[in-house]
Amino acid sequence: MEFTIPDELLYEESHEWVDEGDGAVRIGITDFAQDELGDIVFVELPSEGETLERGDEFGLVESIKAVSDVYVPVAGTVTETNDEIIDRPELINEDPFGDGWMIELETTDTVDHLLDADEYSEQI
Amino acid sequence: MSLQKPPLSQVHQSAGADFTDFGGWEMPVTFDSIRTEHAAVRNAVGIFDVSHMSEVSVSGPDATELMNILTTNDVRTLEDGDAQYSCILDSDGVIIDDIVIYRYPDREGYLFVPNAGHGTQMVDRWSSTASRRELSVTVEDRTMETGLVAIQGPGAIETVDSIGTGSVADLSRFSSMRTEIDGVDCLVARTGYTGEDGVEIFFPSAESTAVWNAFDGVQPCGLGARNTLRLEAGLLLSGQDFDPETEPRTPLEAGLGFVVDLEKPEFVGQESLREQNENGVDETLVGLRVEGRSIARTGYPIEVDGNEIGHVTSGTLSPTFERPIALGYVDSSYADEGTSVDVEVRNRTVEATIIDQRFLESLEPETTED
Repeated sequence: MEFTIPDELLYEESHEWVDEGDGAVRIGITDFAQDELGDIVFVELPSEGETLERGDEFGLVESIKAVSDVYVPVAGTVTETNDEIIDRPELINEDPFGDGWMIELETTDTVDHLLDADEYSEQI
Repeated sequence: MSLQKPPLSQVHQSAGADFTDFGGWEMPVTFDSIRTEHAAVRNAVGIFDVSHMSEVSVSGPDATELMNILTTNDVRTLEDGDAQYSCILDSDGVIIDDIVIYRYPDREGYLFVPNAGHGTQMVDRWSSTASRRELSVTVEDRTMETGLVAIQGPGAIETVDSIGTGSVADLSRFSSMRTEIDGVDCLVARTGYTGEDGVEIFFPSAESTAVWNAFDGVQPCGLGARNTLRLEAGLLLSGQDFDPETEPRTPLEAGLGFVVDLEKPEFVGQESLREQNENGVDETLVGLRVEGRSIARTGYPIEVDGNEIGHVTSGTLSPTFERPIALGYVDSSYADEGTSVDVEVRNRTVEATIIDQRFLESLEPETTED
């Protein structure tokens, strides 16, 4: 099966993506991850203002099949959460890199440890 | 240990299925999405490959006597072609397996269907009991040579009739007949495990592709949708809602008293069940309507005022009702419908209400009022 892996994003091995953007980084789970989980029915997100270390669980994605923790790929402070996915968790299935994004962080962390699209593609 | 693959494995792979280990078999869990497949069965028709289920054939002069000793329902009530849901117990009355027994429509003897991976154990049980009691029977494990698909949904009968040589429209629930599908000799039974009308079709496993392809255009469904469908119908899953090791339950605790005939002369576990029937059960299976969106999964505690009164055995988000539902065992004193309880969902307390486990019926009125 072919999965979408946008070239402009960075990836954590645990299937989160990071969009460095201009200011805060945006984070979500990949097309591969949403496909593995199947129909997503419930999402938990952190509070705005919460400070997270790299590798911390920042939320949870639950599908009919399984529950999966989601880990923050870079350290930072949560500046915004996508509350739309609380009411419509299926947005993660439908548009994991767009409307299904999860949180934004203000970060001073490096991104050297993250995978580029080619490296992530080889992993999955 | 490598997983047993069904004869249709390659066909499923080509269709893009995801697979899971189920009872030692690598079976398709989804073809599209659980929601899509579930909706197809509730609203139209879907096809499942259930070839992982075991098949055991029992024949010979004492076949009926042996079947009656080893199962809880009364096999003697079956006419040619009839099917019967039943349980197999140990001497303590604990369910080892639940099965459907088919009395062949066109020859002497029975075919029964234990759960995946249980065939060998059942053949041993049948053979050793026959030997000990000097009964004249032939017991054969037909699992590997038998293919099985389920066609389920309100459009199932019409679909089968458009393909098979003989009409199944007049076949009553829990009865079977012979028909041909794409030239393959099949045993078609009006049974299933989705809460919908439909049939299950047995055929030689070597002909699996021909039978499966005869239903081209029907939504293929995996075990994911089968789980959500059976749970909405309040049907139990072996190994999860009962299991001799991890969830030892009698049929009376599991709400399966209707398949137990305490009046028949003799069956394994009968004495224990008689005792339990007289004294009542300490814990009983209930349905749970769970508030919020998170799913109450297997093992989650059920509480009242912070005290654990039971635990969840199966839970899902019901695709039909868009709300979490679950099955679980609770202290019988809390089992009345309408009782408010809590479920501990990952260290959060979620409110729930005990309702009739046949969710398709017990949730419908409320949803209509909404």
